[in-house]
Amino acid sequence: MSSFLQTLIDGVTVGGLYALIALGYTMVYGILKFINFAHSDIFTLGAWMTLTIAGWLGVQAGGGATGPAAWYVGVGVLVLTMVFVGVVGFVIERLAYRPLRQAPKLNVLITAIGVSLFLQNFGQLKFIFGTDPAPTPLLLPGVTLFSVGGVSIQLVDVAVIGTSLVLMLGMEVLIFRTRMGSAMRAVSFSTRNASLMGINVDKVISFTFVIGAMLAAAAGFLYTLKYPGQLKQTADGMWVMLGLKAFVAAVVGGIGNVRGAVLGGLLIGLIEYLSVAYLKSEYRDAYVFAILILVLLFRPEGILGRATVEKV
Amino acid sequence: MSLLVIDNLQVNYGAIKALRGISLKVEPGQIVTLIGSNGAGKSTTLRAISGLVKPASGSILFEGKPIGGAAPHKIVRLGISQAPEGRGIFANLTVAENLALGAFQRRDAGVEADREKALGLFPRLRERFQQNAGTLSGGEQQMLAIARALMARPRLLLLDEPSLGLAPQVTQTIFRIIRDINASGTTILLVEQNANMALDVAHHAYVLEVGEIVLSDAAAKLAQSDEVRKHYLGVG
Repeated sequence: MSSFLQTLIDGVTVGGLYALIALGYTMVYGILKFINFAHSDIFTLGAWMTLTIAGWLGVQAGGGATGPAAWYVGVGVLVLTMVFVGVVGFVIERLAYRPLRQAPKLNVLITAIGVSLFLQNFGQLKFIFGTDPAPTPLLLPGVTLFSVGGVSIQLVDVAVIGTSLVLMLGMEVLIFRTRMGSAMRAVSFSTRNASLMGINVDKVISFTFVIGAMLAAAAGFLYTLKYPGQLKQTADGMWVMLGLKAFVAAVVGGIGNVRGAVLGGLLIGLIEYLSVAYLKSEYRDAYVFAILILVLLFRPEGILGRATVEKV
Repeated sequence: MSLLVIDNLQVNYGAIKALRGISLKVEPGQIVTLIGSNGAGKSTTLRAISGLVKPASGSILFEGKPIGGAAPHKIVRLGISQAPEGRGIFANLTVAENLALGAFQRRDAGVEADREKALGLFPRLRERFQQNAGTLSGGEQQMLAIARALMARPRLLLLDEPSLGLAPQVTQTIFRIIRDINASGTTILLVEQNANMALDVAHHAYVLEVGEIVLSDAAAKLAQSDEVRKHYLGVG
């Protein structure tokens, strides 16, 4: 029982990370109808910038001699990482994707792969992050908050789930309760008709990229909390796999649907951890992709996605 | 001064010349209609005015200022809004949200009053206010498209084929409301295949054939001309 609870907690925690990344995939797809393959590298950048910015703020790897950082330093690292990566997201859209607005979708897709390769390899340069793994900063003390049914609830899990939750609720408000959100939904339905409403479509697209990048950055930050230790170099296959699973989450939830991305993320996280705990753990990635295949076979629009029919 | 002056406007879609140098004027307070068969370039003209397609040459002046080639959202800000062909409603949003988007550029206090006015013109929309726009009937969607365009408080309202696919009775209603909108002071440029209805409601009319204007006169006069009667009104 206690191991089951522990598995659930891990599943939800990792599912929250997947959900945050999936939101970026799904929002960009919703608006531009293309899969931003560089998005998983934005997540990687978030993790590495967490480490870098924590270093600038004097937080030592693994806690060093000073111990864990104060809570406000942790929040500061999160905010600065999100801002920095958000700016990177803006620049990428501006330089790589905007010039291709009228180009065929395939060109944009190939460009996204190019951006992805660039980010992976640029990150390995000696004066950027380098090719060696680096130790994560200790931003939270390893405290057990309380125990339920023999499972000790760690501060880290609460922080990761709590931050994910706050960000996801923030997205819900942004998209369904604000002027910018209604502009985003209008653009995702039809860029042409949105422009006839007086919506500056380019601005909405930039905004979407920035928000998506910031959420992925937050996921990178939370990843370093949940998995302290050595951060793998930016071109390591493990990052791609995490990004791919988040992409699967977006598809399973219904690509283009923000609530679907959250649901898909949690579902994929839970399925992954439950299958590792109760089935052969070597196949953890295979289980996730099997779910993808099942969804594509039986409900290709995803759980919350809708096959829209236009009235004429 | 004319509200809108188009001079020698050319628009190309790749190698296809959609508009081969058309010139027209819209006087303030009028309904001007552009009639012609499918593919004559009627919708292209409206798209060029709204900035959705870039003119290859020629000029578009709105209130004396050149607007040819400006971005669509800037043209809305200048005071031109459009109910596009096929209605272009956001089926994933509610009627209320669609109307709010029509006033996206506005931050003045008059938005709510204008919404009440629009709902007064189209009482059906009030009944369906919180419904998803995708669930509306074709006629209701057309009403929503016009009401939404009015939410921008335009000085020039562009209507692209408002009768398309609608039952005759619904078309009658829509055209009655178009007349009301004009009577309350909004200038309208109306594109229609239903020449009968269009000539009936308009002050001035232009006939477009394969990218060129072939006739232009007061609407009442054109409705009497043999050529128009034969080719566009299906009589004679």
